[in-house]
Amino acid sequence: MAATCDVIVVGAGPAGAEAAMECARHGLDVVLIDEAPDAGGQVYRATPKGFRTQGPREPEAEIGDDLRKRLADSSVRCRFDTLLWSIAPGYRADLLGPDGPSSEEAPIVVIANGARERVVPFPGWTLPGVIGLAGATVMLKSQKVLPGRQTLVAGAGPLLLAVATTLRKAGGEVAGVIDLASRREWLATVPATISRPDLLARGIGWTSRLTLAGVPMRYRQAIRRIEQAEAGKLRAFVGPVYATGAPVAGTVREFVVDAVAVGNGLAPASEVTRLLRAEHVYDTVQKAWVPQLDEDFRTSLPGLFVVGDGAGISGAAAAAIDGRRVGLSIAFDADRLSADNYRAQKRTLSTGAKKARRFGQAMARLMAPRSGQIAAIAADAVVCRCEDVTRAELDAAVADGATSPNQVKAWTRCGMGPCQGRTCGDIASALAAAALGQEAPPAPMTGRSPLRPLPLGVLAGDIDYDDLELPPPAPL
Amino acid sequence: MSKSLPLDAAIIGAGAMGATVALHLARSGMRVALIDRGEICREASGVNAGTLTLHMTRAALVPYAMKGRELWLNAPNWLGMDVGARSAPGFSLAFTREELEMVEKRAEARAAMGAPIELVTPKRACEIDPGLNPSMIAAAFCELDGHVTAYMTGRAYRRALLATGAMIMENSPVTALDREDGLHVIRIDGGAPVRAKRLVLAGGVWLEPMLAWLGLKVPVKTLINQLVVTERMRPVMRSVVGIANGLLSLKQFENGTVLIGGGWQGNGDRVRGGVETIPKNLIGNIQLARHAIPALGETRVNRVWLGLESETADALPMIGEIPGHEEAYVIGCVHSGYTSAPYMGRLLADRILGREPEMPLFGPARLIQKDKNMELSA
Ligand SMILES: Cc1cc2nc3c(=O)[nH]c(=O)nc-3n(C[C@H](O)[C@H](O)[C@H](O)COP(=O)(O)OP(=O)(O)OC[C@H]3O[C@@H](n4cnc5c(N)ncnc54)[C@H](O)[C@@H]3O)c2cc1C
Ligand SMILES: Cc1cc2nc3c(=O)[nH]c(=O)nc-3n(C[C@H](O)[C@H](O)[C@H](O)COP(=O)(O)OP(=O)(O)OC[C@H]3O[C@@H](n4cnc5c(N)ncnc54)[C@H](O)[C@@H]3O)c2cc1C
Repeated sequence: MAATCDVIVVGAGPAGAEAAMECARHGLDVVLIDEAPDAGGQVYRATPKGFRTQGPREPEAEIGDDLRKRLADSSVRCRFDTLLWSIAPGYRADLLGPDGPSSEEAPIVVIANGARERVVPFPGWTLPGVIGLAGATVMLKSQKVLPGRQTLVAGAGPLLLAVATTLRKAGGEVAGVIDLASRREWLATVPATISRPDLLARGIGWTSRLTLAGVPMRYRQAIRRIEQAEAGKLRAFVGPVYATGAPVAGTVREFVVDAVAVGNGLAPASEVTRLLRAEHVYDTVQKAWVPQLDEDFRTSLPGLFVVGDGAGISGAAAAAIDGRRVGLSIAFDADRLSADNYRAQKRTLSTGAKKARRFGQAMARLMAPRSGQIAAIAADAVVCRCEDVTRAELDAAVADGATSPNQVKAWTRCGMGPCQGRTCGDIASALAAAALGQEAPPAPMTGRSPLRPLPLGVLAGDIDYDDLELPPPAPL
Repeated sequence: MSKSLPLDAAIIGAGAMGATVALHLARSGMRVALIDRGEICREASGVNAGTLTLHMTRAALVPYAMKGRELWLNAPNWLGMDVGARSAPGFSLAFTREELEMVEKRAEARAAMGAPIELVTPKRACEIDPGLNPSMIAAAFCELDGHVTAYMTGRAYRRALLATGAMIMENSPVTALDREDGLHVIRIDGGAPVRAKRLVLAGGVWLEPMLAWLGLKVPVKTLINQLVVTERMRPVMRSVVGIANGLLSLKQFENGTVLIGGGWQGNGDRVRGGVETIPKNLIGNIQLARHAIPALGETRVNRVWLGLESETADALPMIGEIPGHEEAYVIGCVHSGYTSAPYMGRLLADRILGREPEMPLFGPARLIQKDKNMELSA
């Protein structure tokens, strides 16, 4: 392959942007790719042009603007609005951008593609008006749109509070915050959150303001099902759960609302490393496959790194520091800085990373999907929303002898739709493993291109039949 | 497996070929084991395009494919499950003079073997399927075409096999074959050896290393076929569509997805499987597809995958006794092999059961190389 640059970085969130800038600082020629119109990733997403922000600016907005400014001042070659749709060993990144298909080639690739959101299914989670917590954040942050006048917020993890608070700030009404975790589980995170007093204080502030505003905060509860109610509203049934997440007998309350935002945590977006067939390990707590990495974020494949949420959820602050660490290692491997210099810088970064990671991981633990909750998914609940596959259908495939998520997929179409299992794959795999009495599924679902659905017309372009380059015909 | 109770037959490779042989032997009362290193029908037989076309079948195999097609359409009756087999008309289109010549020659060769293929005008073709690009200059038309959803194959066979009492040994990679006390001994990685009176090798592209276990050198070429599936879309076509040179196979399933194939190649091999899509080949394939069915420009490509197809030196199958080895058989390397598998498997089962097969088999002797150097081909 003929390299077009020294390093390709995929994802311009904090992890990817910092990795790219660190490499560039040491004289490497870096191409940074993101499908979004600007750098920032999930937390520091830029507000699209034409949208006016109201009220006081969030700290994230400052950090994001600073990141974008530093990036603009660096020698990193940014390619935004550009999707990585496939990648080949060695490495060739196949892209689709504003000017059509193209590719970049380099011996070193940093994957910093972030996380995807999961929802542990219940009957009704696929109704219009029910959206993910992360989806709600994106709507609120970058499109400045409310999901509905009155919203119920449910699931697990810090996004609950963030979404509820942002909804109210944007003028919406929060009907309740339904948290799978108990108050004690939140308190147990305090030692780790002490490492980020700013965020701890903000979290406490969020909680007390929501409580003061009279928003019902229900701990150790979950949505059991949602039904369509009169006048386009949704009726959510909320009841208590055990620590495992399994429902327990008790009062079931009804909430009639315009919208429901629900999420059960984030998992690494492993589609790129699965496509390249790097080694992965199963995280039994997060119930997700994570690329196998050494301490410098190297995968099992030479020249391939994964950093940020894609390497395991540890939050935006850790992602930024780890991004720099990766950049530093790459520069060192390329002989761009002395061993002493490298070690000194790495030490400083590692200390910061440890602190940041403690916070991020405590939050990740809080939002990990719980076994009892997965086991209790109702038979008629849709697991794969693209293909409308229910839990009962998945169980039937296992009963028919499927022993891997790939076979379950083949026999049910679970994970064959446009999201390619990004939403349902982990849950379906966990269900299959549990049905087979195994702690972990035998292998991840096979990764394939395209990493996102590609407009066929754009990819194929307009052709003149006579100009088509055709291979030789098949034998008679 | 206890030493005292050998099986009547062990079939290695649980693709459609091996599974069909196992099913017929078990239904005739034999005690059989179907052994695979992975799960049932996860290789070629579970990931293929499922086209039941006669336009593309090697002319010599047309009579077999016609039988196989009928069997797929009747799957609920003999296999016990609907695997999504549907009958549809089929076309092979010509857009240039050169292609017209090709279409005529191919149609003629296949018609001579019994395929009801005729040439039709663009107008007639577009009456049958209004989704076609009217700029063609002619088309070969065949009433007998159709498609199956290949990913259901393993589920159907597994249920049917279990109902017969056959043993299905999945996730059991065979590593070597031995002969002891007049029995075949099948060595399995991580498991006890299996003993059987009869042995059937049904390993698809892996037939070359399998035959090497018996000391036989038979080169088997591995094709890395690329398939592309779109998102669900409105009905845009109702026939199975190919073009003269065979580089396109196109159909829309009931769920609205369109499957695009035609033997465009990706990178990979027998050891690593399908490794990477070649973008040039992906783009070439879908350009051709969009040319044939212009409405495809509206949809999105959802997934591209690679499957491994086998081919012998003369591109004809290996089905029959393995020379020099008692009670050992081979089946595989059949062009359009998914279409004919239910029939080919039955023919070999008949031979094993001592019945005269309805149509001739394809003895592997012609393909065995005398050269003693056992290095495997790529
Ligand atoms: C909705 C949401 C809210 C969050 N809120 C907080 C918070 O308040 N505080 C906190 O500490 N953490 C928060 N997190 C976690 C936080 O986002 C991550 O820890 C942090 O953003 C990780 O940074 P990253 O660089 O690894 O990935 P990201 O910031 O997610 O960036 C990944 C980037 O990769 C791009 N990308 C992915 N795939 C492709 C592709 N195939 N082609 C091109 N580009 C691609 C994406 O467009 C994205 O810009 C939140 C996460 C989410 C999802
Ligand atoms: C992408 C693609 C598209 C195709 N499209 C069509 C089509 O439209 N129409 C058509 O008629 N045909 C089509 N074909 C051809 C057809 O799929 C094959 O001819 C047919 O499925 C071959 O079946 P098989 O049982 O011989 O091989 P396979 O299905 O490949 O089965 C071989 C089995 O052997 C097993 N095995 C290998 N090594 C070992 C070992 N050491 N121990 C135990 N088990 C082992 C494998 O795991 C595998 O399950 C296509 C093929 C491909 C790849």
